[in-house]
Amino acid sequence: MPGEGAEDLLRTLAPQVLGVVARRFRDFDAAEDAVQEALLAAARSWPSDGVPGNPHGWLIQAAVHRLTDRLRSEQARRRREDAVAQEPPPADVADTDDTLVLLFLCCHPALTPASAIALTLRAVGGLTTAEIAGAFLVPEATMAQRISRAKARIKASDVPFRLPDDSERETRLRSVLHVLYLVFNEGYTSSAGGRLHRTELSGEAIRLARLLHGMLPSDGEVTGLLALMLLTDARRPARTGPSGELVPLAEQDRAKWDRAQIREGVALVTEALARGDAGEYRLQAAIAAAHDIAPRVEDTDWHQILRTYRLLERMTDNPVVSLNRAIATAMVHGPTAGLALLAALDDRLAGHYRLDAARAHLLELAGDVTAAVRHYDAAAARTANTPEQRYLMTRAARLRKSFSSTGPAAVQVPGGDLRGSRS
Amino acid sequence: MPKYMLLQSYSTGAGCDVPIGEWPLEDIRAHIAFQQALDDELRDKGELVDSQGLAGPDVAKTVVSDGKGSPVVTDGPYPEGKELLAGYRLVDVESEDRALEIAAQVSAAPGPAGVPIQHPVEVRQVMSAPA
Repeated sequence: MPGEGAEDLLRTLAPQVLGVVARRFRDFDAAEDAVQEALLAAARSWPSDGVPGNPHGWLIQAAVHRLTDRLRSEQARRRREDAVAQEPPPADVADTDDTLVLLFLCCHPALTPASAIALTLRAVGGLTTAEIAGAFLVPEATMAQRISRAKARIKASDVPFRLPDDSERETRLRSVLHVLYLVFNEGYTSSAGGRLHRTELSGEAIRLARLLHGMLPSDGEVTGLLALMLLTDARRPARTGPSGELVPLAEQDRAKWDRAQIREGVALVTEALARGDAGEYRLQAAIAAAHDIAPRVEDTDWHQILRTYRLLERMTDNPVVSLNRAIATAMVHGPTAGLALLAALDDRLAGHYRLDAARAHLLELAGDVTAAVRHYDAAAARTANTPEQRYLMTRAARLRKSFSSTGPAAVQVPGGDLRGSRS
Repeated sequence: MPKYMLLQSYSTGAGCDVPIGEWPLEDIRAHIAFQQALDDELRDKGELVDSQGLAGPDVAKTVVSDGKGSPVVTDGPYPEGKELLAGYRLVDVESEDRALEIAAQVSAAPGPAGVPIQHPVEVRQVMSAPA
């Protein structure tokens, strides 16, 4: 289909074109709108008329045209337009620099994560507002508003259109990585809703992380994040069962994993770790790699995973990391040791379904079926993720069945049935 | 075309009074497959607007505010509330008859041993506003 090739090309060109236009007009907000319109025009005409000989130039011209029209129609801006017209054309700056500037700008810490995500996907990812709205299951008008508020925020905070200074570069890069990680996760396990995989979003996050890695190839955390995404996404084909339920790692059909993606991820994480200094994304990628390279679940190197979780726990106070360390501990030293560690998380993860789910899992390993069922039920009643709920529910049902000959007491989920019907 | 909200509560139907979490595994699977097939069918016919289940009452909160002081946030509602909303389908259909027909399909979703649950489904028209 000619349309698909054109679409990929448009998405690649989007940040480069925006960089040039924003630089020339010194108005990120207006430039971003104009480029979005130019992209929409191209998406309409290219598939039928054919891609122009110089698509990059075509888009710049189209965007500049729109922007000039708008400026001309705004009396108040007349003077500024004249000033721009008299300026020499901007020096040819490498496109990659512009893309990097844009990423830093769109992921600015002054923005809320939700608006940074939306803006990044549009300005750097070249997605349309409608596509972004669709991916996040909100009305297009809502998403459009989120994006324009984000741009207003950037304008108000007067962030210059250039790379951040060395002094703030590290913090700013962290927020870029965080935003890309959130996009990936939103695609991988959507925080609410019925479909476990919104592939488009994880694919887009990988594309952007790859782009960033191309620009900053020697940054260990950038490399680590790309590796983590690839190693996690490689399992996607095996991660959902026939009823749309989540299939946990231990039960996945490993033949369905994407080997090429695993090879690439392992190579990247090896390279990142070889840099010596540690970082959260690198360590998480190392754990993902340890799972991915085990031919069978019983071949998993849990000692290695436990060691890595210990390192990770020292770098972050995220209780979910501690929860995962408890599970790894159980795999190495037995479920009782893991359950003891979970007990220490009761305060920090109170009421969180993951604590119930982990406890259920370890209780099941310890052979305490009644308690395991109770915690699976509690976790199912608390999760907001449908595939996860289906998994927890079926897990409980399976255990209950295996136990029913000895007649377990009826287990009542507080709060009644898990939505009696559709789940 | 009018839109209708088909609302489902936690109340049990004549065909089944056991919470789904306690059903046999195969029956849970069959039920989920039915719901997915129904959504697919409605989507194919161009009638499905939205279909969502709500996270359980365990994680629900109730908020009351006078607009001035800090709002009062309480856990729950905890049921007793069989009438508590569990999920909904929003459909865009030709007629009320069609909405009722879909509601009947929803109500007859299979429960344990494939017996239709006969779950009550509330059908509410969404009010239209001038364009």
